[in-house]
This record gives sequence, C-alpha cells and structure tokens, in this order.
Amino acid sequence: MSETDLKRTPLYDAHVAAGARMVPFAGYSMPVQYKDGVLKEHLWTREHAGLFDVSHMGQARLRGVSPLLAFEEVTPGDFIGLKPGRQRYSLLLNKKGGVIDDLMAARPDDDGLFVVVNGACKDNDFKVIENELAGQVSVDRLEDRALLALQGPEAAAVLEAHAPDAVKMAFMDSAAITAFGVDALVSRSGYTGEDGYEISVPAADAERVWNTLLADERVRAMGLGARDSLRLEAGLPLYGHDVDDITSPVEAALTFAISKKRRDAGDFPGAARIMKELAEGPTRVRIGLRVLVGAPAREGAEIADENGAVVGKVTSGGFAPSLGAPIAMGYVPPAMAAPGAKLNVIVRGKQQAAEVVAMPFVPHRYVRKV
Amino acid sequence: MRFTKDHEWVALEGDIATIGITAYAAEQLGDVVFVEVPEVGKVVAAGDSLAVVESVKAASDVYAPIAGEVVEANAALSDEPETVNAVPEQGGWFARLKIADPAQVEALMDRHAYEQYLSTL
Repeated sequence: MSETDLKRTPLYDAHVAAGARMVPFAGYSMPVQYKDGVLKEHLWTREHAGLFDVSHMGQARLRGVSPLLAFEEVTPGDFIGLKPGRQRYSLLLNKKGGVIDDLMAARPDDDGLFVVVNGACKDNDFKVIENELAGQVSVDRLEDRALLALQGPEAAAVLEAHAPDAVKMAFMDSAAITAFGVDALVSRSGYTGEDGYEISVPAADAERVWNTLLADERVRAMGLGARDSLRLEAGLPLYGHDVDDITSPVEAALTFAISKKRRDAGDFPGAARIMKELAEGPTRVRIGLRVLVGAPAREGAEIADENGAVVGKVTSGGFAPSLGAPIAMGYVPPAMAAPGAKLNVIVRGKQQAAEVVAMPFVPHRYVRKV
Repeated sequence: MRFTKDHEWVALEGDIATIGITAYAAEQLGDVVFVEVPEVGKVVAAGDSLAVVESVKAASDVYAPIAGEVVEANAALSDEPETVNAVPEQGGWFARLKIADPAQVEALMDRHAYEQYLSTL
C-alpha cells in the first residue's frame, strides 16, 4: 500500500508537527515513535502519563430491541449481566471456536452497546456482526469520533481538571460524560497494564483535546512502538499475532472472557471445541517467557525443549524496557507451560535459555476501587 | 573514515579495518538494547552479515562493507549496547577485520560524499 492510500486519523497533522516517525498500520499512517524514542516513551508511561492516538480502532454503537442479548450470539460473554456504566473485554468468535477479534463492549449510557475493536479487523468485525445479528441490531459506526488513550500512574490526576467525573470511575467503568467541554465516552481501561483511560471525543475536537493534554508537563505522546512494548510487558495479547481466527480462547489463555453463565449453557460460537478444550485441556497454550541469555526472541522464533526439540513458536517478543531484559509470548504444549519450566528460544540458529514465567511480566496497576 | 550507503563506516589502519554504524543509522535505529558481534576468526565477504543490532522494536543486520577476517570484536557492547547510540563512530564499533584489499575501502564514500548522500534521503 503506498503512502497516499493510507488513511489518516484526525491527529495526523499533530503527529507530523511533533516530529513523529509515521508508519503504515492497519491501513492508517500512524506514529511509531516521537523524538524521545520507544525506550524513553515506554518508561515515561510507567512513571507518569502517556498519551496515545488510537483513532484507527473501530468504534460503533450496536442498537436494536435487545442488543445485549443479541451480542451473546457472537461472543462468550455475559452481556445480559453487563450493568450500565460497565465495560467488558470480550471475543468475537467464529463457529470453529477461533477468535475473529478481541474487543471492548460497554454501556456508557442507555444507547445500546458501545464497542471498540481492533483497527486492522474493524471492517470485517462489523460485517460479521451485521450479518450474524441481521434483524436484531444495527451497527452504527462512529467514524466521526477520535479515540485517545491516557495511560499511567498520573493519568487520573491529569484528567481531573478536564473531566472531573472521570476520577470517580473504577477500572472497567464506562461513562458518557462531559470531558474537555464536549460529550465524551470514557472508560477507565487501556492496553498498558497501568491505570488510565480511553477517551472517545468528536473528531473535530480531537486536536484540541490532544494539545490540551500534552500541555500538561506530566503527559508525553506515545507511538505504536511504546504501545506494543507496554502491552507485551502487561501480558496482553495482540490480535493477529498472539491470537488469530484458528486460536481458541482456551489456547490463548483468555478463558476469563468466557463467562460462567455462558460456560454452563455452552451456547456460544465454537462451543463444541471450546467446551472440549476446557474439559480436557488444549494441545497448546499461550505462555510468557523470560529470555535468560542472548538476543530478544521475536515473532516467529522457535521455542525448543531443553534437548533442543522444537515444541512451539514465539508470537510476539522483544526487549522489555521496564525489566531491562528480553521477554516473549508464545505457544507450547500445556505440559511445558508451568511457570519455572526451562525452555530454549532459537534466535538466528542459536539455542538460548529461557524460562516460563507467569504473566503479566510487569504487575498491573489498575484502580479497581475508588 | 569511509562510508557505505547502508550507513556503515570503515576506519583503516594498515590492513586492519574497524567497522561501525554512522550517527545517522544509530539515530534511525533508536535505542539499541542488544548487539550481537561476530566471533573472532569469522571470514566474511563484502555484503555478508557482520553483526546484529536490536532496538526495542526490531533487529537489524550490520553488513560487512568489505571482505576480511574478524580479528577483534567489541565485547563491551554486550554489557553496554547503548554505546552504539552514544558514540556510534567511536566506542560503538562492532568488529575489526584484517582485510586483503585496502583498495576496497578506498572505493567507498568519503565523509563529504556520504553527507551528500544523506541529503538525498
């Protein structure tokens, strides 16, 4: 895809003016890093507050007679039980039990279900939802809204001046509130493992909101590079890499997204496979690895047992700035998946010692009670 | 010092060529977090991978600008890969090659020509 075919978010000009290095991502020209570079950006978010443009992601309202009930037909979540003001992480599943996408679905108000899906998947996701739930819900895409993420231990203090109602929210709360003087859809959640918010505002206000936040000395702009290293340390899978449409939620260690009610009923797409894997265990499972010596093991690197026999593959990996060491996610048979298990990663033909560790690699610091 | 279009530099003393990457390349890479230097005794042809530098995001090959045999590698980079960013054209060197044909070095760009080349990028 040539540069001219790429779409731009409402913040494109602001990124370029700030000296961002722009790269193609999910069909958009997006900032991969600003002048500070990935390492400093990453550490800033862990210590202060990082601001991300995630306007490439897909935002939509699912409206209908009973959108919550309908949404259960394409996900394994308990959406009937989703209370107003709450948000839930969920999975769009295909009939073979593979993951079409992972997403957030929320009830910021009484206007149906507000969903946010991955940018690279959004056109397909919304088509799938429209097709599967035809006659039950309409998918109203919110193309005229930008999405910003403010993440880090100082995010709440920064946001308080611009959205006083936001600081009363707890992790995974969602609310339609006034922020920066406009109607905003705000959730206390994110993709870094830190406390923080995702803020949907009208596209016309995006640059003003962005610049207002950056004027606060506690806030710095974050590119996709830091977004990736932060989510990796937080143990959060990246769709299309760590999870895809042949991977089940059980393999991906995302069984928490299958609610008890739905598990008891076994009434979600791909239930035959998923229920079998829940009962008998999957053939492979997503794990976290600390690479003990040598180079970072990146996506595609093979994982071997202590004798050197290949047992799996790294699905994402790199250097963890907060740990000062390489980490990775990948898939191995469950017998080798216990924390402490000794494995090797193969990087440029060399076997390097690695150890299975529990995820997250860096503890989550969500604010669950306010 | 001579330069390549892949942003490596070569400093020749007698028949020993010291090789690193330019300040421009180090800036483009971002923070270097891991460096893999070659083993002493390795014989490389021009264009062969000589070292690997890794930033938070990605791994990049460093190519041998000229043929030769590795006589020394910069072992200090394994503990302090950030040297490549701090002083890319001095302490951030990767390896020293014993070369057979100094004319290969002469054929590379001088600093003026390299800076001209950078201005076209």
